[in-house]
Amino acid sequence: MEPVLIAPSNFFIGFFPTVIISFLLPVLGVGLFTYIMAKRIAPLVKAAPDYRFDHIPSRIMNVLKIWLAQWRQPRYMVAGVLHIIIFFGFLALAIRSTSLVIIGLKEGFVLPGMDGTLGHIYNIIKDYAATGVLIACIIAAYRRGVLRPERYDVPEKYGHDHTGEAVFVLGVIATLMITESLFEASYVAAQVQKGVPPEFLAPLTLVWFLKYIILNASIDTLQVLHIASYYIHDFTFFFFLCFLPLGKHFHVITSFFNVFFMRVKKGNIKPVKHGVSDEELDDLESFGVKKLEDFTWKHILDFYSCADCGRCSDQCPANAVSRPLSPRFISIKGRDKVFNNYPLNGPFLKSRPLIGDIYEEDEIWSCTTCGACEEECPLGIEYIDKIVDLRRGMVDEGMVPQSLQKPLSAVEKRGNPWGKMEKKRADWAKDKEFAETCSVKVLEKGATADVLYFVDSISSFDDRMQGIAQATARVLTAAGVDFGVLGKAEKDSGNEIRRFGEEMLFQDLKGQNTDAIMDSGASRIVTADPHAYNALKNDYNGLPPVEHISQVVTRSIKDGSLRLGRIEDESKVYTYHDPCYLGRHNGLYEDPREALNAIEGIRTVEMLKSRDRSFCCGGGGLMLFYEPEEEERMGVLRANMAADAGANVIVTACPFCLVNMEDAIKVAGLEGKMEAIDLVELIDRHIVK
Amino acid sequence: MNMEILVCVKRVPDTAENEIEVNSDGTDIERDDLVYSVNEWDNYAVEEAIQIVDKVGGSVTVVTVGDDESEEVLRREMAMGANNGLLLSDDAFNGSDGKGIATILKAAAEKGNYDLIMTGAQADAGAGQVGGMMAAMMDLPYASLVNKIEVIDDKKLKVGREIEGGNQEMNEIDMPCVLSIQTGINEPRYVGIRGIRKVASVEIPVQGASDLGVDAGAVGAAGADVKLVDYFVPELGEGAEMLEGSTEEIIGKLIEYLKAKGGLK
Repeated sequence: MEPVLIAPSNFFIGFFPTVIISFLLPVLGVGLFTYIMAKRIAPLVKAAPDYRFDHIPSRIMNVLKIWLAQWRQPRYMVAGVLHIIIFFGFLALAIRSTSLVIIGLKEGFVLPGMDGTLGHIYNIIKDYAATGVLIACIIAAYRRGVLRPERYDVPEKYGHDHTGEAVFVLGVIATLMITESLFEASYVAAQVQKGVPPEFLAPLTLVWFLKYIILNASIDTLQVLHIASYYIHDFTFFFFLCFLPLGKHFHVITSFFNVFFMRVKKGNIKPVKHGVSDEELDDLESFGVKKLEDFTWKHILDFYSCADCGRCSDQCPANAVSRPLSPRFISIKGRDKVFNNYPLNGPFLKSRPLIGDIYEEDEIWSCTTCGACEEECPLGIEYIDKIVDLRRGMVDEGMVPQSLQKPLSAVEKRGNPWGKMEKKRADWAKDKEFAETCSVKVLEKGATADVLYFVDSISSFDDRMQGIAQATARVLTAAGVDFGVLGKAEKDSGNEIRRFGEEMLFQDLKGQNTDAIMDSGASRIVTADPHAYNALKNDYNGLPPVEHISQVVTRSIKDGSLRLGRIEDESKVYTYHDPCYLGRHNGLYEDPREALNAIEGIRTVEMLKSRDRSFCCGGGGLMLFYEPEEEERMGVLRANMAADAGANVIVTACPFCLVNMEDAIKVAGLEGKMEAIDLVELIDRHIVK
Repeated sequence: MNMEILVCVKRVPDTAENEIEVNSDGTDIERDDLVYSVNEWDNYAVEEAIQIVDKVGGSVTVVTVGDDESEEVLRREMAMGANNGLLLSDDAFNGSDGKGIATILKAAAEKGNYDLIMTGAQADAGAGQVGGMMAAMMDLPYASLVNKIEVIDDKKLKVGREIEGGNQEMNEIDMPCVLSIQTGINEPRYVGIRGIRKVASVEIPVQGASDLGVDAGAVGAAGADVKLVDYFVPELGEGAEMLEGSTEEIIGKLIEYLKAKGGLK
């Protein structure tokens, strides 16, 4: 059957056959793309090793859930839905895009298997997909260009605004959709004009509308539209392909890989260098990340994959209080530096130290390692390990803020950041009033117990937090648990010591604590300190199983060994604040809530930002000593969130959260209107014998 | 240019991480549970020396009068960046007073060819005397409580210190000279466990009285001109009297007291 319009593969402009363009565009396009990709892969080859082929089933699960099912996208609903439409549209149109390239060389080409019913069904799908993508692009362009949501803003110090790049790409995508549909619409319109039975076009799709618009154009016009739309599409397609690796749309290519290689275990920190065991650490020339190539290849891939969406910074508590940290710009600046040092044209540049160049010291020290950024990122970009590696590099060079040097030295000498004497570590248990009602075994000189209560530094030495240690001891006793404490053999768990980059001091603490714990003969460990919980569970090796006190409480209530009475004050409204190291890093959201709700008649509300969206109180461990530049304290923002939720009591399950919230309540001027209490203390008050 | 700098450091009980109590005989503090580290003022001095040498070239030597345990302090300063360490150790040195220490340090200083000798402004005894005594014994110019150093050329330095009212005084001083360094002159870099491990096996020479050519009678308890007689915590007095009442009343009472005790003429 004769075609109603001349196909691009057979068309001539004068004596010039356009099929030559159909051949040259893909060859040059793919050639240029390959060249660009080679330049982009070069820094990955030079980067530090990273072992990411473990836990394959989990990795596949992540790809299916986070990449394919776009699981994290709806957390920002409007942007999320728009992106899901564009993402699935792209996937659906992949077949069409491929066939189109070959159609320019061979008229009427169809991929194998696509000539029958399957092909017709696909045509309908692809037409709705293209329509959806175009509508989504228009709405997205309106959002970026006119509505301008805050999280896309670029603070002056980070350079020029990115809206231009964003809207440009939306324009490129819209062009692809329109030209693809126009190519088909022009043919169908010609079929109608010539009385040939037309291809079925799905109603209300872009191609369906276009056909009606151009239905009465002359055949010559339709012919021009047909050829022009084809070659504009072909050119734009290969232009877009080569443009992808040049900016934030690189994520279109790298996202699958970045999600496959993303973190599968939470809460732990990467080793100083993959492939170098703890014992071999002393032999390393340099610790941490000082220049670009010290990052692992996965971290550089992270830089490439950043879509500049700003969700990480939007959730970042440090950013919210105007500390000099914005996670988004850790990625963007890193990416731009890689692009700069490994240019497409010209020699690769020698790397210079990152601190003082693209990153500032305070920027890196500002992070509380709360994990909100990593939880939010739809591309699986990791931040905590990068921050820790940068800190390791700074520590190696001696660049540690003065405010942190004393507590670090105190931990080294006395095993706790306050420099209090080791022999007084268990003195909280000897307090006269407390000791009368509760006796605590100190596991030394051969004494053993079934369970070790790991108290950690703040609950041992801080006057207020000793209340948590005492309450925990009472709760354990009431639940009939045979427990003991290490006393002066216990050293700081080192959770923040490691996260602040002092790896060797952490290794020291880990060694000493592990020996002491194993010597105690305990078969289980319990702690009321989520930072200790996290370190013992995720950063230490070979220890007996570790639990948080809320898990013990919930289990004891279920099996009847612990009974709670009615809430003492019926008028108060309680809200539970998820500590970062219990919630996000270790997935313990329900146990503390179950424990809380076991108190009869308690009135609770949930804050807007709860569970994995919980807002960091300000940080623990060494972070208590750091003096940040900020406009407000994180705790103050959090106390106001609690007030907004209608609560007058904040319940936390972490001594650092408690310190920060009690301080914040005073600073926020909420004394008398808001109070803070630890979960264990609340449980302790309601125990019924 | 090339500056050879000698920094005198001392191993002292850490004030932040200890509870200080006088022992039962009243001769010293309880030392059983103490942790020690480098004297804070000395640490600032070493950092300053390292920064100077980074700028103009040369080397930094740290020296201490002590025993085997004092070596850890030398190593820590070397981990920080000091090039050489020197331990002055001899039984004859035990019990030295400030003059004795200065005599020993002077002997070590004269064995080298130092452009600049630095000490911390004070240490745990709070006397603040060794630097000045060394300068006097060696007949070198001396500036104390220095909080700023600028190298003018290989013969002169500009040094500054804080005076009343938060003002700053700058002076020129000829080299070789002795300076005692005030805290806050810089921000000392951090020395981590890793840094200390790196210098764990570096050789630190030890010199005794005969190596230095020091007369045993001039140092140690034997040569001390100052002797410790007693060491005690003073009795607590009644404490301050807190005036009560409205601001007007308090002002009135205060003026009465001042007049009565001769504070107002």
